[in-house]
Amino acid sequence: MDREWAELSPGEKREERFRRWLSPPGFKFAGPGAEKGYKERATRFMRALKLQEPDRVPCILPAGMFPAGYAGTNLQTVMYDYDELKRAWLKFLNDFDMDTYMGPNLVPPGRALEILDYKLYKWPGHGLSSRVSSYQAVESEWMMAGEYDELIRDPSDFWLRTYLPRIFGALEPFRRIPPFTNIEEIAIMSFVPFGAPDVQASLEALAEAGRESVRWMAVVGEVIVTSLVAGYPGLMGGLSKAPFDTVGDTLRGTQGIMMDMFQRPDKLREALERIVPLTIRSAIASAAATGSPCIFMPLHKGADGFMSDKQFRTFYWPTLKKVVMGLADDGILPILFAEGGYNTRLDVIKELPRGAAAWYFDQTDMARAKQVLGSTACLVGNVPTSLLMTGQPSEVKERCRRLIETCGPGGGYILAGGANIDEGNPDNLRAMMEAAREYGVYK
Amino acid sequence: MSGDFANLLADLKEDEVIKLTKQRLDSGEDPMKILEDSRKGMELVGKRFADGEYFLPELVFSGELLKQVTEIVKPHITETTSDAKRRGKVVLGTVAGDIHDIGLNIVDFMLDVNGFQVYNLGVDVPAARFVAKVKETGAPIVGLSGFLTPAFDAMKETVEALDKAGLRGKVKIMIGGGQMDDEVRKYARADAYGKDAMAAVTLAKKWTGAS
Repeated sequence: MDREWAELSPGEKREERFRRWLSPPGFKFAGPGAEKGYKERATRFMRALKLQEPDRVPCILPAGMFPAGYAGTNLQTVMYDYDELKRAWLKFLNDFDMDTYMGPNLVPPGRALEILDYKLYKWPGHGLSSRVSSYQAVESEWMMAGEYDELIRDPSDFWLRTYLPRIFGALEPFRRIPPFTNIEEIAIMSFVPFGAPDVQASLEALAEAGRESVRWMAVVGEVIVTSLVAGYPGLMGGLSKAPFDTVGDTLRGTQGIMMDMFQRPDKLREALERIVPLTIRSAIASAAATGSPCIFMPLHKGADGFMSDKQFRTFYWPTLKKVVMGLADDGILPILFAEGGYNTRLDVIKELPRGAAAWYFDQTDMARAKQVLGSTACLVGNVPTSLLMTGQPSEVKERCRRLIETCGPGGGYILAGGANIDEGNPDNLRAMMEAAREYGVYK
Repeated sequence: MSGDFANLLADLKEDEVIKLTKQRLDSGEDPMKILEDSRKGMELVGKRFADGEYFLPELVFSGELLKQVTEIVKPHITETTSDAKRRGKVVLGTVAGDIHDIGLNIVDFMLDVNGFQVYNLGVDVPAARFVAKVKETGAPIVGLSGFLTPAFDAMKETVEALDKAGLRGKVKIMIGGGQMDDEVRKYARADAYGKDAMAAVTLAKKWTGAS
């Protein structure tokens, strides 16, 4: 099987991934209606993503953490109470018309994070007020300026013995274990470090977090299977990032990486290159686990205003492009989510080959995007988040109509929000589907 | 020489700036003069940022250079001189429930180099702290920063808290950041939405009659 896979061309691999997604092997739908609905919906997305005209414009509801508030609970509760998590996400599935369904995969198991004393994020009730409807990353120098060589030499070892001990308080003792590559020949001293009481406590914490995550996963899996059985395909087969964001968001921090662009540009570029194959490997594994051909890539620090055109071309784009092409070569279709604006980047990003990726825009001018990218990439977006959260359903519907008119012609467009909404008027989400049905039909 | 120093700083020439700082101190020059030139250099950085020549990396790096210069100069300052004349006071912060500060710090930087006295309260700032700071400083301008959607309600609540404290008539409130726009401005009942740090400066100048 693997040998056969390796022999397929990138185009054949993509066809195979879409084929499996359209007809999940060994899967039993609730009935013929559900099966037909699933195929229709999945085909609608597939055609749009391949730059063809589907039966009508598909729609992604930007629901994010919305199901929690909609069901009368909140993010803090569903991060800890998996029954409530299931109730809220199934209620959303039952109450809304939709083309694709996003399971509760992005609601992390709060207790597992607590067991490991996770410091990289704050979440409601844990660093943020309990009524906040999102979790947020803590920017800091989790990797020091002088540690590039260690990262480049052996990223896994750097992760295990330097980075993880910093972001997980419970794994601090991992600083004192030796590199695993030191274990060779007849193991004599190899296990001694694992006998230390503090290292044992770390291993116990990991095991406990693992048990907790398995409980969580059972519930998440149940919800997702329920949605598939009912005929709603999941679109995103996993998450991935631009190497620049991996270093800038969670290793060096914005401040750190921007200093490095001046003080150690060569080391930074070397590290970005080093991260490329790791990112590709991780995304391919996610896609294999979920069976969806698409990988969602939220992009952060290359947005308009964050850096100059030259800096974007020098530091951000080359390794992002390598990741995109690495995934495309394995038949995966990355959906690049450009948070903020990407108006000044359109002329750089248009160099991707036709169909290599889809662009999901937040605040970018869609008319120009259609003009510049329309013949090479499916466009996704961008009903303003503020309008979805504070506007009237009629205003939302009108905005969707205009977007469909701008981006729909010729196919290759998916109606979606700018970013996810976590609360707001449920009728605004319904207005999006109404607009897709009323204005989005291809004749 | 002072013009050179400001230009070297604005051109982000790290080694030259540090070398020249030490040279000037060694030659017995008034350390306050060096700080004054640094300020001119930072003003140039602000101008280049406003003109679209510089971006966030240059702001970050120039801030680091300024810190280095200040650290070298500080031990040589014997008397504290009062802050240069300031255009007006601005209370700034990221609203409750949001811990993002990239945009916040850009606005702080740009207001500062344009002569405003900025009171930056940091991130996840409860409405009551904005109220207390406005009372304490008498600042006529409040800037609310936010990145994520929970900031919509937090901004609304902050504006309401200023109103309840009887301060609404005395302050002008601007909002900005991430998912903010004029829709959110209406929702929060703020006075203005600024799409970037230059807009914040323009608004602050307008409101203080300093344009």
